[in-house]
Amino acid sequence: MNTYIQIEQISKSYQGARALREVRLEVQEGELFGLIGPDGAGKTSLIRILATLLLPDSGTARMGQKDVVRDYLQIRKRLGYMPGKFSLYQDLTVRENLELFATLFGTTIRENYGLIKDIYVQLEPFNKRLAGKLSGGMKQKLALCCALIHRPEVMLLDEPTTGVDPVSRKEFWQMLKGLQKEGITLLVSTPYMDEAKLCQRVALIQSGQILQTDSPEGITRQFPARLYAVNGKDNYQLLQDLRAYPYASSVFSFGEDIHYTDEREEDIALQLNEYLRAKGHTDHQVNPIVPSIEDCFMELMKQSD
Amino acid sequence: MSNTRPIIQAEQLTKVFGNFTAVNRISFEVSPGEIFGFLGANGAGKTTAMRMLTGLLSPSAGKATVAGFDIYKQTEKIKRHIGYMSQKFSLYDDLSIRENFRFYGGIYGLSTSMIRKQTDDMLEKMGLTSEKNTLLKALPLGWKQKLAFAIAMIHRPEIIFLDEPTGGVDPVTRRQFWDLITETAYQGTTIFVTTHYMDEAEYCHRISMMVDGKIKALDSPKSLKKQFDAGSMDEVFLKLARG
Repeated sequence: MNTYIQIEQISKSYQGARALREVRLEVQEGELFGLIGPDGAGKTSLIRILATLLLPDSGTARMGQKDVVRDYLQIRKRLGYMPGKFSLYQDLTVRENLELFATLFGTTIRENYGLIKDIYVQLEPFNKRLAGKLSGGMKQKLALCCALIHRPEVMLLDEPTTGVDPVSRKEFWQMLKGLQKEGITLLVSTPYMDEAKLCQRVALIQSGQILQTDSPEGITRQFPARLYAVNGKDNYQLLQDLRAYPYASSVFSFGEDIHYTDEREEDIALQLNEYLRAKGHTDHQVNPIVPSIEDCFMELMKQSD
Repeated sequence: MSNTRPIIQAEQLTKVFGNFTAVNRISFEVSPGEIFGFLGANGAGKTTAMRMLTGLLSPSAGKATVAGFDIYKQTEKIKRHIGYMSQKFSLYDDLSIRENFRFYGGIYGLSTSMIRKQTDDMLEKMGLTSEKNTLLKALPLGWKQKLAFAIAMIHRPEIIFLDEPTGGVDPVTRRQFWDLITETAYQGTTIFVTTHYMDEAEYCHRISMMVDGKIKALDSPKSLKKQFDAGSMDEVFLKLARG
């Protein structure tokens, strides 16, 4: 498989604040790749550099063998870009927006209808509605159609699911999977760690640095400690007591469980159980579990501090 | 909690925009000190309901009181007794931490000495005393979010509305933020919170799930999972929202 996106030592600062620090990253042709990190990690800066909208301070990046600085015009023809902020024309209708984007790229809706059909059928009842009057979910679908109408080789999607409810998020990822089947290379950024498992490979990014790049399974396999899920009747008290345990390495709430790692290497489930019993807990449970991407992200944050 | 008066009481609360019913006769109660999760899909009517409860939007029908005040006639009183923070709630980037406290304290009509005391107390609690003259824009995002919470509490409201307070926040800060929420509720302040993170739904005492303008389910996370035969709140959400 060929490398489609190749990023070498890219750095970018804004008035002294370092947004990206010597970032290296490769995305393969036809891959569904996730760029995962919180707000302020540098996701948007990196995507804007790839989209030829922002110049890096140093380093190089290539998309489909083209340099993002020197060959920006060629890249723009092959690129579909969906920015984080809705940026279609609010005072044009759904249909007019789509026609505008098709025309700008020298094509027609009919020519590439097959690519957007599954998404566009949901929009068609609102063809004559102004884009500004659409609901959030519909705006997002329209933005995706407009970014696709020239049948790009590569799609850059900047936080397409931020602020979107869990159901709509799942649907959106299904659409992305469909596009991947069409052979399009997709780079998607997201602050939701649970979306990592929907990607083939991901890069975890924090404070302008890539913490790790691998398949989701590859990342969770490299978690450096035994992880336990602890829960009981009073999780608030459990949390306090676990934090006070002298061997505790990390203690974090995870929904109905508390995730715990210990400084000792061996299996300590029994010792932990006993400690908690001595603290007055009765119906608590301690179970070894497989780490999630979020566990790994927090562990990597700790290491890079 | 059982023998105290509810701090929010909504009965058949409704909002109609033209021929669209955004909120359709919802009824619920929230007790003092409760962490109440207000969940639903985009467009389910959460924001409209919240805007009515915070005195920003007049209902079409139904009744509700917030902190004992009527949401039709006493909206100004409601605003004084509640705190509000959203993901987009913006402190002033070009003011220092201390100036932001002073500004919002002033808006709520607190005395200078009260503002100073609240500012000192809160900054000490957050370990930010040495940063009080730092401009907001120089702070990491996670700190800003915690400051926004502290400032939304400056007038010691009985109830605080948090609209997606942790969107985009890193996983460690997100958890520290929930520690703050849990502690605040423990001290008696009521928390009314929306979120798209389903693991956070587990930290709420009770959850209401809105679907198409109606409350489709309301119970503790544990009972909801049992009721819908689901392993996680994520599953409950999917089952409810997909119908």
